[in-house]
Amino acid sequence: MKKLRLIARLDVKDENLVKGIQLEGLRKLGNPNDFAKRYYEQGIDELLYIDIVASLYNRNNLSDIVRKTVDEVFIPVCVGGGLRSVEDVRAILAAGADKVAINTAAIKRPALITEVAEAFGSQCMVLSIQAKRSRTWPGRWEAYYDNGRAHSGYDVVEWAKRGAALGAGEILLTSVDCEGLQSGMDLELIRAVTDAVSVPVICGGGVGCGDDIADAANAGADAVACAAVLHYNKESVAELKDDLRADGVEVRCV
Amino acid sequence: MKVTIVNYGLSNLLSVQHAFAHLGAETLTTGDAQDILRADALVLPGVGAFRDGMAGLARLGLVEPLRQKAQSGTPLLGICLGMQMLFDESEEFGHYAGLGLIPGRVVRLPDTAADGTPQRVPHVNWDPLLPAGGRTDFSGTPLALLRPGEECYFIHSYEAKPANDADRLADTPYGGRPVCAAAMRGSVLGCQFHPEKSGTVGLRILQQFLQMR
Repeated sequence: MKKLRLIARLDVKDENLVKGIQLEGLRKLGNPNDFAKRYYEQGIDELLYIDIVASLYNRNNLSDIVRKTVDEVFIPVCVGGGLRSVEDVRAILAAGADKVAINTAAIKRPALITEVAEAFGSQCMVLSIQAKRSRTWPGRWEAYYDNGRAHSGYDVVEWAKRGAALGAGEILLTSVDCEGLQSGMDLELIRAVTDAVSVPVICGGGVGCGDDIADAANAGADAVACAAVLHYNKESVAELKDDLRADGVEVRCV
Repeated sequence: MKVTIVNYGLSNLLSVQHAFAHLGAETLTTGDAQDILRADALVLPGVGAFRDGMAGLARLGLVEPLRQKAQSGTPLLGICLGMQMLFDESEEFGHYAGLGLIPGRVVRLPDTAADGTPQRVPHVNWDPLLPAGGRTDFSGTPLALLRPGEECYFIHSYEAKPANDADRLADTPYGGRPVCAAAMRGSVLGCQFHPEKSGTVGLRILQQFLQMR
């Protein structure tokens, strides 16, 4: 069994940590820096910040939040939302991000994946894919963008393969269908994408307990992003990791 | 002690600065050869491609100053790509010469594990540091504050292969093979992982680096 990375996903709107269900009906939860610091102290392996309205306004507002985070949190930080160019990426890296997650701008112009990988290295370029089960193609998924509002016509598995070939060093795969429901992840989706690419895949959407994460690990996930289960204090990072170890999944010790 | 962080235009320098500041060390981030020659301790960070990293150092005229400082015993810490550039050469996008401070080469991680099954490249994970080069623990080294097996954050597609086993300070297992996690020769230390991103374990390594003389 390979070792799984556990990632806290922090969706941000304006200055607030928010959480929705299937990317809709957002609730404000508080100051994202407070949550980030708490998860760091509890032993989270990585942080993922997404400015969830940024692509609608064509800007990413996370620089100040990231700058504050990296002042006291010494683990990898990935940032996404509204990043459209090498210059946008440079600015958020200068604020302290280690990698960027790009969805909308990569769908609109796939060459951006290569540009970012060439400028900052593949390890910096995370292709974010919002996957929704397709009604028109049974057993397949379609990539969505603009925070789940717009559909691309791209088959998720094909898009993941193409993204990796263009230079993405990791895939962030979010199931829109399962997102926020805390009732388990889309394991078929995880299996399909992790089998198709050779780069690590961070899977998200649907984690309600440690067993859900273990199922994702067994389906092939290299890392799992959690949000609601942590934000609502249902389980701490340490409790999730204990559950994972009990299920036979190796995780980092803190 | 003041830590001089080498800025050659590629890296996320803020995290390295913050980590040293957290430990109470003063930092100077610079791409100026004179600053490098005056440094008490040097950090060569790095993400991205080997070729671009070496080109950045060459453009700023930093290759010789860095060699000179390392050979005169100034502590030099290379991180990730910065570690790889300490070696003789890399096969990333062709063949490129490195700083030549630690004998050895840099090669791509194999895309299959030791048992022949496909493995992920890049290697992205928190993985354990195990004593290497004939050591049974880390005493007397910059990793002295670590217990063998403590985990650090790795993100890389290439690995260094030191020519001399004695220069291997720590290995990490990946795909059933040992990968060089840290290398050391004289006052030159290279970490394939990111100590500035490895929580309290990484901070202990940086703290010990500040004690190197």
